[in-house]
Amino acid sequence: MGEEMKEPERSPREFDFSGIRLKDAVITTEDVHAWFDKKPALKGISLSIAQGMVTAVIGPSGCGKSTFIRILNRMHEVVPGAGLRGRVFFEGQDIYSPEVNPIMVRKKIGMVFQKPNPFPMMSIKQNVTSGFSLQGIRAAHIDERVENSLKQAALWDEVKDDLSKPGSSLSGGQQQRLCIARALAVDPSVLLMDEPCSALDPIATAKIEDLIHSLRSRYTIVIVTHNMQQAARVADYTAFFYLGELIEYNKTDTIFKNPNLRRTEDYITGRFG
Amino acid sequence: MKPRNSVRDTLTGSRIDTGIEKAFKTIGIISLILPLSLLLILLIDTTVDGLPRLSWRFLTSFPSRFPDQAGIFSALVGSVYLIGLTALIAIPLGIGAAIYLEEYAKKNRITSFIEINISNLAGVPSIIYGLLGLGLFVRIMALGRSLIAGAITLSLMLLPMIIMAARESLKTVPQELREAACALGADRWTTIRKVVLPLGLPGILTGIILSLARAIGETAPLITIGALTYVAFLPDSLTSPFTALPIQIFNWVSRPQRGFHANAAAGILVLLIIMLLMNVLAMWLRMRLQKRII
Amino acid sequence: MLFVCAAVSVAVTAGIILTLLMETIGFFRSVSIKEFFADTQWTPLFVNKHYGIWALVSGTVLTSFFAMVTAIPLGLISAIYLSEYSPDRIRKVLKPSLEVLAGIPTVVYGYFALTFVTPLLQKFIPGLAGFNAVSPGIVMGIMITPIVASLSEDAIYSVPLSLREGALALGGSKLRSTFRVVLPTAFSGIAASFILGISRAVGETMIVTIAAGQQPRFTLDPRVPIETMTAYIVQVSLGDTPHGTIEYNTIFAVGMLLFMMTLVFNLIAHFMKRRFLRGVL
Repeated sequence: MGEEMKEPERSPREFDFSGIRLKDAVITTEDVHAWFDKKPALKGISLSIAQGMVTAVIGPSGCGKSTFIRILNRMHEVVPGAGLRGRVFFEGQDIYSPEVNPIMVRKKIGMVFQKPNPFPMMSIKQNVTSGFSLQGIRAAHIDERVENSLKQAALWDEVKDDLSKPGSSLSGGQQQRLCIARALAVDPSVLLMDEPCSALDPIATAKIEDLIHSLRSRYTIVIVTHNMQQAARVADYTAFFYLGELIEYNKTDTIFKNPNLRRTEDYITGRFG
Repeated sequence: MKPRNSVRDTLTGSRIDTGIEKAFKTIGIISLILPLSLLLILLIDTTVDGLPRLSWRFLTSFPSRFPDQAGIFSALVGSVYLIGLTALIAIPLGIGAAIYLEEYAKKNRITSFIEINISNLAGVPSIIYGLLGLGLFVRIMALGRSLIAGAITLSLMLLPMIIMAARESLKTVPQELREAACALGADRWTTIRKVVLPLGLPGILTGIILSLARAIGETAPLITIGALTYVAFLPDSLTSPFTALPIQIFNWVSRPQRGFHANAAAGILVLLIIMLLMNVLAMWLRMRLQKRII
Repeated sequence: MLFVCAAVSVAVTAGIILTLLMETIGFFRSVSIKEFFADTQWTPLFVNKHYGIWALVSGTVLTSFFAMVTAIPLGLISAIYLSEYSPDRIRKVLKPSLEVLAGIPTVVYGYFALTFVTPLLQKFIPGLAGFNAVSPGIVMGIMITPIVASLSEDAIYSVPLSLREGALALGGSKLRSTFRVVLPTAFSGIAASFILGISRAVGETMIVTIAAGQQPRFTLDPRVPIETMTAYIVQVSLGDTPHGTIEYNTIFAVGMLLFMMTLVFNLIAHFMKRRFLRGVL
């Protein structure tokens, strides 16, 4: 997993980053460096994710935004050759601390991927409950929880008549909402979304953006997107990455209307990327 | 802010789960190593039993009623003749079929039919080939229980394997080379002869040698067509009766006397050494030829 | 001219079918189909002749059963380990080593079953005869393990990374992700490997001829001598059976049944593999 920097024990800095107090932060990264086979992907990222808000991560391709989101739920290390240095605090606990089991981290921090990946051998219902069987939990009131999750994912009305159809029989947008329902079913605190709409048509995208709005406050959402308008539409906070570095991080309004840095402004106005 | 202890406990997880993961990894390695260790034991056991019996005399004597006087000469020679004949028949047939299927055949029903046929034949048990040999070559074509009948039967059995290996090898020749030759004015056959075949040859040769190494250990089809199990002479013509190494081994294993079991073990060692040499030859050829051409 | 070479393969299939068919028809002129499939005794070489195929079939089934009981767990677990857990270096060495098992001549395995495995098992299993079904069954299983392992591993390996990541991201442990998501997805491919293994076991000749015995009997007791379909064909071939006699025809009738059985297995495996490839890719 890479060498952890040996530092004397100290409490995380009480920095106040664009109005987000540490107290309201559910996740805080502290000087995180990440690499693949010695090639650096993230350089010294420190930021806090506010609880109950939607935070967008934007930037041109190759800027490290996908890598960043994957370090938040310890999916980064699944790839052979991946390494990381630094600390990531979830509700105050460093999730890269040696006694922490990555599997447990992923129970609290869920993820939805770019290309919808429902499990092909399972029905809609089985997909939604797959999180339980994967975590080894025997859940009570299954049907209620399935209905609940599908409603939260705005998919219930479309599938309620036949939950036993295979997951793969749905359209692309429906499949992605199924994946969201599946992730929500195990009740995470945070939902990470890695370009969830990039494989979908505009109508399906709109449905998912609406759904993100409705999930706010109950869940903390971090969404990676290459579509700046999407970030402007759904996110409370936006982080701009470039070449593995965090360039600017602020309330979405500020980033888009009044960016501090030239580079941010150039990206927003489409001068590159 | 101090980490809340309950969060830390949540994220630490159970030790049972990690224990189960480790246990599975161990089981995985065991199930990989178990069959290999059994093979090792088999080889050691055979060597212990057979090595004392292995001698020049053993290699050059004919079988006998007395275990310590028996040798595998007739079986060895029989196998050599047999494999030689089989190679003569199977190689041209196999390469020819592979060339046709890879270079000439259009993608139509007939071609798929042939391909399905070949892959089906690859899965037919070897003893069925023996029955074919018995019914067709030994009886109907009246070849008798002869060397040639055995060779044809074995060739037919090896054909699917050789064809598939040869096709794989031909597939690795880049399409651009064929097109380049075509652009220079060569017709299809010349292209194949001068460009494709030389490049595909290492792979084809390797496949053939490996198939022949398989064939040398085949027993069932030969017994069925009537290869004899007690042969105290060398085959003198294509139509003479014969025996082969694996058949002699089988014959000795089937005898109750312990002395013959030692002979069988020695015979096995000879057979395995020959197969090993053939495999090594195949690998070596592949390395040598590939280096020169590419 | 080259076409002829390729057409030879079709001729071979035709030849097999015709040869088997001809003599089988000859067989059924003397023996009724009913007796063939209803009788449980097989004694064509004795004075009191019975022609019930079940005796031989039970021998084949019994030995194949033990073969699969050995090969399926060993093969599948090896495949899972190779595909999901083993580091690349180990995989590069162990995977080809497994193939060696399939290349050992079957007479050698037969010798091993008779002279090593049976005496060893006799220490643990009371009443185990010198010829029995367990010993050659297990040895066949070892020979078949690479088939199951290799094909299963291919199937497991083809399961897309996105599904594995999806399972992990839901908080699944590696083990649970493998067993609840990856294996079910690879199921058709894995099942195809099992069926091909069975086909191989059913068609295997020398190991059972050497170590299972030559006493056809309709039984489920693995400790006694039995005879398989393939071993019977060898038994008759070793003797001097004149052409045209019923005894001669019996080996073709048995061969025909054997051919059809392995054909069915191979076809099923082929379609399962096709279904797997279509489902996954």
